[in-house]
Amino acid sequence: MRLIPVTVIILAVVLLVGQTTSAADVVNIYSARNEALIKPLLDRYAERTGVEINLVTGSADALIKRLELEGINSPADLLLTVDVGRLFRAKSAGLLRAVSSDILDQNVPEIYRDSAGYWVALSLRSRVIIYAPDRVDESELSSYQALAQPKWRGRVCIRSSSNIYNQSLIAAMIAHDGREATETWVRGLVNNMARPPAGGDRDQIKAIVAGQCDVAVINHYYLAGMLTSGLAQDRETAEQVRLFWPDQEGRGAHINASGAGVTRAAKNVEAAIALLEFLVSPEAQSWYADTNNEYPVRGDVDNSELQKRWGDFKADQLALEQLGVFNAEAVRLMDRAGWK
Amino acid sequence: MSDSVIAAPDHKIQGRPGTVPILPLIVLCGVLLLPIGTIVFSVFSPSDGTIRHLMDTVLADYVVNSLALMLGVGVLVLMLAILPAWLVTMYRFPASTILEWALLLPLAMPAYIIAYTYTGLLDVSGPVQVFIRETFGLRYGEYWFPVIRSLGGAIAMLAFVLYPYVYLLTRTAFVEQSVGVLEVSRTLGCNARQAFVRVALPLARPAIAAGLALVMMETLSDYGTVQYFGIPVFTTGIFKTWFGLGSSVAAAQLSALLMSAILILLVLERWSRRQVSYQHTSSRYNRLRRTHLTGLKGVGALIYCSLPVVIGFLVPAGQLISWVTQTWQLTIDSAFLELVRNTIGLAATLSVVALLPALLAAYTTRQRQDLLSRSLVRLLGMGYAIPGTVVAVGVLIPLAFLDNTIDSIARARLDFSTGLIFSGTVFALLLAYLVRFLPVSLNTVDAGLARIKPTMDDTARSLGLRPFTVLRKVHMPVIRGSLLTACLLVFVDVMKELPATLVLRPFNFNTLAVRTYELANDERLAEAAGPALMIVIVGIIPVILLSRAITRSRPGDE
Repeated sequence: MRLIPVTVIILAVVLLVGQTTSAADVVNIYSARNEALIKPLLDRYAERTGVEINLVTGSADALIKRLELEGINSPADLLLTVDVGRLFRAKSAGLLRAVSSDILDQNVPEIYRDSAGYWVALSLRSRVIIYAPDRVDESELSSYQALAQPKWRGRVCIRSSSNIYNQSLIAAMIAHDGREATETWVRGLVNNMARPPAGGDRDQIKAIVAGQCDVAVINHYYLAGMLTSGLAQDRETAEQVRLFWPDQEGRGAHINASGAGVTRAAKNVEAAIALLEFLVSPEAQSWYADTNNEYPVRGDVDNSELQKRWGDFKADQLALEQLGVFNAEAVRLMDRAGWK
Repeated sequence: MSDSVIAAPDHKIQGRPGTVPILPLIVLCGVLLLPIGTIVFSVFSPSDGTIRHLMDTVLADYVVNSLALMLGVGVLVLMLAILPAWLVTMYRFPASTILEWALLLPLAMPAYIIAYTYTGLLDVSGPVQVFIRETFGLRYGEYWFPVIRSLGGAIAMLAFVLYPYVYLLTRTAFVEQSVGVLEVSRTLGCNARQAFVRVALPLARPAIAAGLALVMMETLSDYGTVQYFGIPVFTTGIFKTWFGLGSSVAAAQLSALLMSAILILLVLERWSRRQVSYQHTSSRYNRLRRTHLTGLKGVGALIYCSLPVVIGFLVPAGQLISWVTQTWQLTIDSAFLELVRNTIGLAATLSVVALLPALLAAYTTRQRQDLLSRSLVRLLGMGYAIPGTVVAVGVLIPLAFLDNTIDSIARARLDFSTGLIFSGTVFALLLAYLVRFLPVSLNTVDAGLARIKPTMDDTARSLGLRPFTVLRKVHMPVIRGSLLTACLLVFVDVMKELPATLVLRPFNFNTLAVRTYELANDERLAEAAGPALMIVIVGIIPVILLSRAITRSRPGDE
C-alpha cells in the first residue's frame, strides 16, 4: 500500500502544473482548428507582442460543451472554430460576448461577421465541384442543383451528412430556396451517389481518379493541399482532376468560414480582441492563403500562387450567420432524404 | 499471531457477508459512477422531439449495425484467439515460440490506426487496386474487390486488433491449468482434440468470457473506426445527435439506451458462468510436455497462428513505416518528444493508480459475495463500453459543478475567486481514464483472484488475519502476474485513448493519439504515420513484458 502516498504526490503535482495563470498578458484559446493550422501564426504573434497564448484544440462541439459546463469560471478567452454553424451555436447558448472593434468592422465585410458582433470569420472556404476531365466536359457542369439531374446517376461522390461542410451547404440552400425545394434536390443527389458516403474530402478526389465517380463536391483547399503536398503521390492524384466554381451564372459558389468569438467568461477581453484584430490583419490573412490556400476575409490581400492560377470566382453573398440558423434543419432534412 | 487468535474472538470465521466493509466500495462507486449517472439522469430532462425524429429515420440502422458489428467482431475474435492460444501453449511447431508473444502485438495497434492503414492500402485509390487495374487493364467496376469502408471492413479491423484480449486471458488460463487434469483426461480415453474441447476449453471458459466481454465493450465504444468508415452505429449516432442536431437530451437518451444494452450484456456474461466456478484442487504442476507438430500439421499451425499477426500487425506497421519514411522530416521535431513524454506519463500514472480501486472492488465482492457489492462492481464495469466523449462530458459536468460551487462560496465568504480547481487539469483526464479503464484492471484482477481457492482465504482468516491483510499478504503475492497484466493492459489502453483526451486535456498539452488524430482528421494520413507509429512502438514494450510474464507465471516451468 505504498502506492497511496505516491499516487497522492503525483496527483498533487499534476494539479499544480495544470493550473494556468490569468495575468493580463495572456490569451487562452479553445480551438477547433487543428494545431498545425493555427499555432505557427499564434507563435508569431506571441513572439512579437510578448502575449502568452495557451491553446487547447479539439472538436468544436466538445470544446463548446466544455465552455458551457465550465461556465463563468472557464479559462477560455477565445473560441476558434472551422465553421460558422458552431459559432452560432455557441452564441445561442450564451457562451460568447459581443465585442466592438473598429478594426474588425472596417476590414471584415458585414456578411462575414455576426450581426451583433459575437463572432467574426477569419478565413473563407468554398465548397466546389471537381471532375474527371476525361469523362466530364466542363460545359456539362453548372450549379450544385444540376448535380441532381438524372444524367449524373451513379456518378457523384460526396462525404457523409454528418460533415459540417455539407450541413452548411444544405443550410445555405434552405436559406435561399426554402425547405421543400432543398429536400427535393437532396433526394435527387442521394439517388445520384456513386457509393454510400465515405471518407473525407481528399478521399472524394481519390475516388474520382480511381474511376469510382466522375464528379465530387469538396472544400477547395483539400485539392489545394494535395496539389502542393510534400508527397509526390498526392500531387499526381490531384493533378488528374479539375476544379469547377459552381453556380457562377447564379448566386455564386457556397462559402463557409473558419472564425472566432470572444467568450462570455473571458478574463482577458482586450487581449483577445487585439489577437482577433491581428488575425484579420493583411499579414495574418496572407498567411492563411499561403499556408492552407484559404481565401482572405478582406479584399486587399494577395491570393496564393495557386489561388491566382484558379482565378477569381463569384462567391455566394449569403450572410454566414444563416448557416448557423438553418444547421439543425439541414441535418434533419438530410436524415429524411437518406443521406448517410 | 496465534495469541491474537485466542485473544480476539471477533477474528473467528464468521459468515462470509460482513467480513469486509462495504463502505470503501460504495465511495469508490459513488465517485466513478457519477459521470455515468450524470448522463443517465439527463434523460429525464424535457424532451425536444429529437428522439422521435431519430426513431423515424435512423435509429433502426444504429441498432442493427451495432448488433451486426458486435456479432461479427465476437465470432471473428474467437476464431482468431482461442485455437492459436491452445496451439502455442501445448505444441511446438515452426516459429511457435515467436508467435507465442507475437500474437499479442496487435494490442499495440489502435483500431483507428489500423483502419487508416488498410484504407490507404485497399481503397479504390490504394496501391492494391491500382496494381490490379494496371496489371489487367481493368477500370473501376469491372472487377470485384471487397469494399474496405463497410460494415465487414469495420468488423475485420476491430477483430484483428481486439482478439489479443481473448488470446491473452485464454492463454493465461491454459498456461495455469494443471497439466495433471489434461493427463487424467487422456488416460480416461480422450484424444488430443477431446482433451481440448472437453477439458481445457470449459476450464478456460471464465477467461474467454472475460476477454470477450472486453472485446464487446471496446467494440461498442469504438468511435474512430466506425466514424472513419461511415458506419451508422450507436456511437456515431450519439455524436451526430449531440452535435449535429444540437440535442444533448436525445444524445443522453441514446447513451442510456446503449448503456442498458451494455448492462444486459454484462449480466448475461456473469449469468453464463454463474454456476461454473473452477478452482484447481491440485497444486502439482508438472512440466508441460509439448507435442511437436511436424510436416503439414506444423505448417498448418504456423499459417493459422501467424495470420492474425500478419494482418493485425505486420501489414499495418509496414504501411506506417513506409509512410514515415516519406514524411518523418515533417513530423519529428522537439514537440514530438513532448508528445511521447506526455503520453507515457499519463499511461504509466493511470496504470498504477487503477490497481488500487480494482483490488478493492474485486476483493470486496469476493469476500462478501452479496448482491449489493456484486451489483456495484457490475455497474463499474460499464465504463469500458461507454464512448470516451460521453465519459468526458460526464466527468466535466460534476467537476465543473464542484469547481463553480467552491468558487461561488469562496467569493461570497472570502471575497476571493478560486476559479476552476479540477476542470481542465490532468486530474480530470485521469478521472475519465479511470472511469473508462478500471474495468480492464478489475476484470484482470478478478480473474486472478478467481483462481485462488476460497479455502486459502478461510485458512488465512482462521489464522487471525484481517481481510485486507489477507489480500496484501496472501493474495497479492499469488496474483502478482495478474496485477502486472492489469497494469500493462491499462497502460496500452490509455496510450491509445483519444476521445476523452481530446475533450479534457489542459492547455498546451497533447498526446501522440491527439496528434495522430489531428493529422488524420485533416486527411494527412502519411503525416499522421509518425505519431501513430510511435504509439505502436511504445505499446509493444508492455505487450512483450506481458507475454514474458505469462510464460513465467506457470508454476513448475523454469
